[in-house]
Amino acid sequence: MENETGGFCLEADIKKQLKSFRLELSFQAGGGCLGILGPSGCGKSMTLKSIAGIVTPDSGSIILRNGESRRVLYDSRTGRNERPQARKVGYLFQNYALFPNMTVEENIAAGVRGRERRKKTGEMLERFGLVGLEKRYPLQLSGGQQQRVALARIMAYEPDVILLDEPFSAMDTHLREKLRLELQKILKEYGGVSVLVTHDRDEAYQLCRNMVLMDQGKAMAAGDTRELFQNPVTCKAARFTGCKNISRIRRTGEHTLQALDWGGLELFADRPIGDGITAVGIRAHDFEPLSQGEADRWKEREDGNLIPVREPSVSEMPFEWYVTLENGLWWKTEKSIHAHSAGEVIPPWLRIPPSALILLTGEPE
Amino acid sequence: MDWSPILISMKTASLSIFVTFFLGIFSAWAVIRLEHPAWKAFWDGLLTLPLVLPPTVAGFFLLYLFGVKGPVGKFFLDFFSVKIAFSWPATVLAAVTMSFPLMYRSARGAFEQVNPDLVAAARTLGMGEWEIFRNVILANAVPGVVSGGVLAFARGLGEFGATSMIAGNIAGKTRTLPMAVYSEVAAGNMEAAWMYVAVIVFIAFASVMVMNGAAWKAEGGKRRGK
Repeated sequence: MENETGGFCLEADIKKQLKSFRLELSFQAGGGCLGILGPSGCGKSMTLKSIAGIVTPDSGSIILRNGESRRVLYDSRTGRNERPQARKVGYLFQNYALFPNMTVEENIAAGVRGRERRKKTGEMLERFGLVGLEKRYPLQLSGGQQQRVALARIMAYEPDVILLDEPFSAMDTHLREKLRLELQKILKEYGGVSVLVTHDRDEAYQLCRNMVLMDQGKAMAAGDTRELFQNPVTCKAARFTGCKNISRIRRTGEHTLQALDWGGLELFADRPIGDGITAVGIRAHDFEPLSQGEADRWKEREDGNLIPVREPSVSEMPFEWYVTLENGLWWKTEKSIHAHSAGEVIPPWLRIPPSALILLTGEPE
Repeated sequence: MDWSPILISMKTASLSIFVTFFLGIFSAWAVIRLEHPAWKAFWDGLLTLPLVLPPTVAGFFLLYLFGVKGPVGKFFLDFFSVKIAFSWPATVLAAVTMSFPLMYRSARGAFEQVNPDLVAAARTLGMGEWEIFRNVILANAVPGVVSGGVLAFARGLGEFGATSMIAGNIAGKTRTLPMAVYSEVAAGNMEAAWMYVAVIVFIAFASVMVMNGAAWKAEGGKRRGK
């Protein structure tokens, strides 16, 4: 991954034996936030703790570059292991880890040394909208305010790297959306490296330019966030990025395949289907509803990809219909909050555009 | 009525809690910082020993170490011409030894209750280990440390077994309140014994009230009022 801003770049290679699996992860993080997406207990937090120096890996290296300069935080070959105090790595804990015995002001000032202390604390109070709360204790604050104090405390310390450990998991949904936007702004203004760990797909997509998908201590896929969501390559990665429909396939031609788990549905892809391809995925939003007349026009074409809608089961969400077809396919379609009858939105046919087929390797679960 | 046991006990208990308080906190910090679990268990066992030994056995060891012929006692006698055994300092020595484990264990428990994320956060913010101990660990363990202090104070005030071994029961010199109760009962002076008992009960009850008050105050300030 090129670091186009020419600023900080973090290179981590971490190996550590955990209780039930081995953590083996290497990645680089440069411009823009790097997201590590994975289920709980996959070793995400341990990765961050290793970078911050809170835990020591069994082996590997953690190096921070800035242009020509190079700072080794940890290297098992040379035995170097910087104290967390010397790493200049900020860590936003899941529950913020504010010092309950200190006021907001004192919390923010905790990491600041020297004559600048007062001035910098004041700046941070201003920047994070905490003016008026200086003398409060953390337990007297709302979840959102607590997170702002924790971020202000980290920013006042001026770290080269900030690590965000599931920053929104302890929050209500409505607050979460608002604070995500706040964080997005803060990360944009921040000049160092940022790494965010989450199990929330939307969060990772919204905040991170690059992403590592992680499971059981290993990276399953890594790359540009949008590309990764468009082409997740493996079944597991597809599942992680929220692909609802995955089926094993049998190749029937250069562009054609038969989906074994969807009642032998014949599909046409706009790309040649390579030898390694073992499965196909379709995102639930990618179906096109067609009337009988429209469907008739596609019927004779090889890239028709038509599916008749028979005995669908429909479930209503505030802004979407969840439709499950007879063969197990999921279709999600937008609806107005005022609409409550699915009758008129259920078309006789659905079509899958050939470009919407995701060709995958590996076994679907 | 002889007031000297009350005076001696107050002096002994005050000085011994002063010593025990800081010694206990420091030992607790030193032990939680040990990384090897075997060393941790060893030191913890050694420091807790006076709590689980019969007080006379603890007193026996003190007498062995601090008696005029014991290694430490002889040293003090030869170099400072100070006789420790059967003098007032011996009551302090006995009280410190016997109350120390309570202080140490309460402090250790309170320190271990402090969320480890707070310590990790403090480290990533560049705070030094001593600063972390003072401003994060100790500051967030106040109720536990205070209650340990009060328990240790009460234990020192009530010390009998080890005191009788190393300090004896010399009226006006090493006769503390518990010793005085014993002596008066042995001499058949129940009325005098009642007086001393009443004083002990009063002090003990007051200590517990102080403990509850301090714990309440430490908690309250940071929660009340939005």
